[in-house]
Amino acid sequence: MTPTTNIVLSGLGGQGVLTASGILAQAAIIAGFDVKTSEVHGMSQRGGSVRSDVRFGPNLTRTSPMVPEGGADYIVLLEDDQLPTVAHALSPEGIVVARAHIDGIALPNPRSRNVAILGALSRHLDNRITAAHFAQAIARVLPAKLHEANLSAFSLGREHANFAQSHTP
Amino acid sequence: MTQHTTETPATPQLLSGNEAVALAALHTQVALGVGYPGTPSTEILEHFGTLGGKARWSPNEKVALEVGIGVAYGKARALVTMKHVGLNVAADPLFTVAYTGVDGALILAVADDPGMASSQNEQDTRYYARAAGVPMLEPASSQEAYDAFFEAVAISETFQRPVILRLSTRVCHSRTTVVPREPVTAPAPAFQRDIPKRVMIPAYARPAHRRMRQALQAVGEHFEQSDLNREFPGEDRRLGIITSGVATVHAAEAAPDLPMLQLTTTWPLPLERIRRFAQSVERCIVIEEGDPILLNDLNAAGIPATGKPEMYRFGELNVERVTRILNGDTRPETEPPKGRPPELCAGCPHRISFAALRELDCIVAGDIGCYTLGVLSPFEAMDTCVCMGASIGVGLGLRHVLPEDEATRVVSVLGDSTFMHSGITGILEMVYNRPPTGHVVLVLDNGITAMTGMQEHPGSGRLLDRGPAHRVDIAELGRAMGLDEVIEVDANDVKHNFAELLRDVLGRRTLALIVVKKPCLLLQRQLRRDAKATAASPQGK
Repeated sequence: MTPTTNIVLSGLGGQGVLTASGILAQAAIIAGFDVKTSEVHGMSQRGGSVRSDVRFGPNLTRTSPMVPEGGADYIVLLEDDQLPTVAHALSPEGIVVARAHIDGIALPNPRSRNVAILGALSRHLDNRITAAHFAQAIARVLPAKLHEANLSAFSLGREHANFAQSHTP
Repeated sequence: MTQHTTETPATPQLLSGNEAVALAALHTQVALGVGYPGTPSTEILEHFGTLGGKARWSPNEKVALEVGIGVAYGKARALVTMKHVGLNVAADPLFTVAYTGVDGALILAVADDPGMASSQNEQDTRYYARAAGVPMLEPASSQEAYDAFFEAVAISETFQRPVILRLSTRVCHSRTTVVPREPVTAPAPAFQRDIPKRVMIPAYARPAHRRMRQALQAVGEHFEQSDLNREFPGEDRRLGIITSGVATVHAAEAAPDLPMLQLTTTWPLPLERIRRFAQSVERCIVIEEGDPILLNDLNAAGIPATGKPEMYRFGELNVERVTRILNGDTRPETEPPKGRPPELCAGCPHRISFAALRELDCIVAGDIGCYTLGVLSPFEAMDTCVCMGASIGVGLGLRHVLPEDEATRVVSVLGDSTFMHSGITGILEMVYNRPPTGHVVLVLDNGITAMTGMQEHPGSGRLLDRGPAHRVDIAELGRAMGLDEVIEVDANDVKHNFAELLRDVLGRRTLALIVVKKPCLLLQRQLRRDAKATAASPQGK
């Protein structure tokens, strides 16, 4: 098996799930990985559950864009009560990065919570994607006027995430 | 979200399948992209416009395809986009342009929605290629979509045929890397008169049908050699997989070591290529999403192959389901836990209407759009939803047959974009074949195609790029068609008494059109952003 990293992001419409997965995917590209993402648009935009899968590794040409059941190395929750809808995707050794882990961090803009959670996630990915890769990805994916707030949110999430609180399904 | 990418060829980009199709359209110098929004196809045209291509929303898919046919008759290249059910609307021109052929390129990018993430059915576009006699290509990733588009243009021009690029949700909305090519130039547009070729009176259509079949034959021979169809080796020759579209990557992950033939040119089928593959293994299994179309065609051609158990006809495939198919596993599948369902936004102008429809216990013939969410809690105020524009015809049918106390409670409900798409002919039916109890049509006019993400239409007053356009007025249209009464209200003004107003109108037994107007909240936000950007721009654009 190729060493593919599988990440499932979950939240509700309007919380920036797709933006977060876009930044994560771009960071993986910048780090030199092949990347696939998958998500469902449409009805989910009206406040419903949104899920986005990100997979990266050396070569994903013959890999599905969807993370298989029980195959997620990480689940990233922008809305913690969405865990039951994606818990079946988590691998037995998988790790949940939840909104609760960054609660209490004062963000410059509450709309950048999605990027702050990426900051928390990045702590687990250091041997694959660096903080600098994420910073480049934020600059590439988001419009210029949002760079500062989101770079700051990323750093705050990365430095202050509190993983003491358990989030195992 | 738009990715800020550069267009230098040979730079790998992370693109959705939809973005890859748009980039390929730009790089093949498509002269005009037209379509009607529909998940999962919407972003193709939007992205083509963003990249600098000429992109326009049409009132519906039929008109879009007709415009595309004109472009291709003029020797230019046309891209026509729609979702699977959109091709039903565009089927009429499709079946005949298949006869006339084209001079330039005519590419239909049609996106299926297996599993119905956002659709009313999971029909399979592959049938249309067979039924209409139109070549079809099926990519499995963004790179393949990009490459297949180039091939589609080449086939369309070489064989003078329209070509369907069949996409599906997980191709459209998956992002994978794309290495772009050198752009290719298009011939200069020109019209060459050829009356028997393009005027499909029976005398000219009979030979045209024969020409179409001959051309398909030639395309089929070309496809036998196509390197878009890929064979993957496997030591163990006991079982081989034949697959196409996104099922390819699910199957490759589920069984990376099995011999596999991936078909990208899926109509006409390269039967000899497939036969050679089938002979190289002991036994073949067809892994395809949706109906067993490929399987039936192979079996009809005498190629022995088995397919999937019936339970896997429904919904999307994925790695687990392909694994189960390969193992012949028909145990019931566990349903993944349901997430939170979507709902009408807090403060959505449609809420007033559904509260009134519920209060009056109306029989609601509904339609396709955000407002279909009126069927869910707390309103549960919709009784039918069939296809774009069906609200009016279905409502009229109910009015014609129901006993009077029920007939007088029937209301047709549709949105402004759906009205433009297919509602106008419904109003014609209403004034022509008047039900004895009259009828009431309610247009929930939020000024935009909201469900698919804020797409413009002929009633919005703006073009795809939000530049100014003539605005068609729904109320004026209703008056011109001869309705007894046309009532326009601002949703804010009738917040507290809309049920009263609706009760009065229903009681009058007229042919009535009520237009409830208030821009979608998301549109208001977007227009404010646009205005701010315009004010900030030095050119004042």
